[in-house]
Amino acid sequence: MSPEAAMDIASLTCPLPVTDSPRVLLGHGSGGRMSANLLQQMFLPRFGNPYLNRLDDQAVLEVGGQRIAFTTDSFVVRPLFFPGGDIGRLAVNGTVNDLAMGGARPLFLSAGFILEEGLPLDDLAAILDSMQAACQEAGVLLVTGDTKVVNKGSGDQCFINTAGIGLLEHPWLLSADQAQPGDVVILSGTIGDHGMAVMSRREGLDFETEIRSDTAPLAGLVASMLEASHEIRCLRDPTRGGLASALNELARASRVGIEIDEERVPIHPAVHAACELLGIDPLYVANEGKLVGIVGAADADVIIDRMRRHPLGSEGSVIGRVTERHPKMVVMRTRIGGSRVVDLHSGELLPRIC
Amino acid sequence: MKYVDEFRSGPLVQGVLGAIRRTLTRPWTIMEICGGQTHSIVKNGLDEMLPQEICLVHGPGCPVCVTPLESIDRAIAIAGRPDVTFVSFGDMLRVPGSTSDLFRVKSAGGDIRVVYSPLDAVRLAQARPDREVVFFGIGFETTAPANAMAVLQASRLRLKNFSMLVSHVLVPPAIEALLSSPDNRVQAFLAAGHVCTVMGWTEYEPLAAQYRVPIVVTGFEPLDIVEGICLAVRQLEAGRAEVENQYSRSVRREGNRPAQAVIREVFEVCNRKWRGIGEISRSGFRLREPYATFDAERRFPILGVMTEEPSVCISGLVLQGRKKPGDCPAFGTLCTPERPLGAPMVSSEGACAAYYQYRRYRQVAHA
Repeated sequence: MSPEAAMDIASLTCPLPVTDSPRVLLGHGSGGRMSANLLQQMFLPRFGNPYLNRLDDQAVLEVGGQRIAFTTDSFVVRPLFFPGGDIGRLAVNGTVNDLAMGGARPLFLSAGFILEEGLPLDDLAAILDSMQAACQEAGVLLVTGDTKVVNKGSGDQCFINTAGIGLLEHPWLLSADQAQPGDVVILSGTIGDHGMAVMSRREGLDFETEIRSDTAPLAGLVASMLEASHEIRCLRDPTRGGLASALNELARASRVGIEIDEERVPIHPAVHAACELLGIDPLYVANEGKLVGIVGAADADVIIDRMRRHPLGSEGSVIGRVTERHPKMVVMRTRIGGSRVVDLHSGELLPRIC
Repeated sequence: MKYVDEFRSGPLVQGVLGAIRRTLTRPWTIMEICGGQTHSIVKNGLDEMLPQEICLVHGPGCPVCVTPLESIDRAIAIAGRPDVTFVSFGDMLRVPGSTSDLFRVKSAGGDIRVVYSPLDAVRLAQARPDREVVFFGIGFETTAPANAMAVLQASRLRLKNFSMLVSHVLVPPAIEALLSSPDNRVQAFLAAGHVCTVMGWTEYEPLAAQYRVPIVVTGFEPLDIVEGICLAVRQLEAGRAEVENQYSRSVRREGNRPAQAVIREVFEVCNRKWRGIGEISRSGFRLREPYATFDAERRFPILGVMTEEPSVCISGLVLQGRKKPGDCPAFGTLCTPERPLGAPMVSSEGACAAYYQYRRYRQVAHA
């Protein structure tokens, strides 16, 4: 580099007139790096505390000598109904799963509805029926709630927020910072099903086999895994941002490297085809009924065996390992024997041009 | 998945790599033209698996990257109009213009839609006669037939509210520009398989002959790419300079004639500016006169588009294969996918984005 070039760079603090957007962009909600930056820059400086700073899917709190897990999540999905589920089922399972990933037994939910003027009551009834069925399936009670109605055009038919409380009935801590070199990475089944089910319905893509959302409550699966072993370091349900984002969060929180093997990550053939067609990497596509975990290597077989006996873990397998190399980074061994970084994605998932 | 999985087979790739090693006697520099190939190479880790004698340089074949700043600025100005619904392929939304990008126009209230097919834009114009629907028609020869078809369709439907902002570019003139440059170091080319699916490869035959350079029409999967490299190396080692077709499951010598006819009906060849490279004569398409009513540039004359590139960005040299992304002082520091200084950091086909996404750990892993 020439000295002039070096000076050029030093003086170059804002080379484009607009570098930081003064407004919220869609990419801020995509679960990738922009979402992480929003959290770091806007929320944590104001609210940071030991519970929040863990950045787990749930907060684990001590109340009256009991450990409880507490979480909240909001659901905005278009279309409201898609193959394999709907916004109601998603709203229950999403919060149930956030509690389950902390090793808690989900007990009680709240639900807040923001309804847009004009939403057909039949649609609302269908959503509520589905929520009720999902609560029953997950063994939780909806114990408090709220509804608001906004003007037509001020919302997208129906937004739902749910919060949940669960009980930890064991003494262990499942948290993103618990991974250690030598541990292995496990995954409960195929990735990308939910995101591609919604996206192909939204884009009007028809495939020979319908892609169905995998939305499901995972608390039962987690409970059976915890019965089998105490060596479960952390669990995540790789929702928005997909498997890639979940693994990056774990690698960063634990300051370890994670290595996964491309050929061991299961992908449903129809999801694979849809991703190829749209130019989207399935590693970044949302799941709503899968978990990825980091467990002690010695117990991996027992845990996988127990998972496979549960209907939601029948395709459970080891997909990689935790390493001291490349800390805070996820690297994938490719099918052909090469390697590449699996990073957080930058903003919105954009389909390629050709 | 058929026609995909077979071409990602580790043992088959290793077999071809072995053949390359056995053929090689000295170093060679080969350019893959297409950004899709660049991404496949880096995403699969192929560049690390090739013998060291093979130097791959990444070509200008990323349509997002080479779309000139003026076109982006014009798009941003049109998209910001309250009467316009601006329709684009997804990749273009994040490309920085002089002062903004389309994502920011959208967040400020601009009506911007992403589609997979330009015909969706025509349908939108039909459904919303009260809106001016403008489609951003960019890309190489690959996207030209569909874009031309959209104009034909709009013409058949006599749509008054559909127009296209055309910034199409062509591969062969870019190859010629690179080859005729005095400091060219590319000794063979992997031509872009999908461009040739449309256009065939007859246009490349005079280039191979005149510049004594092997050109191998190549696909996008790892096995395609190593095969393309293998064919190129065999030619180089034997002193041959021909056009060969590795991507025979998709490409014929004459190309797709009906698609070419649609292109010829709607578009004519023109001079075109390439971002980072400059003007290349007869290197683009514009709308023919009978379709001029669909030309968004004429419908929305934008005055005073002032363009300014960030001075530190070396995207021009990257696009010409003269520098690698990591050679840029701004790479990964001042320039990242969230705050791109140059288009190659933006697109899923851009070389800088590929290196940023898949290769940064090398510094860490090798530290």
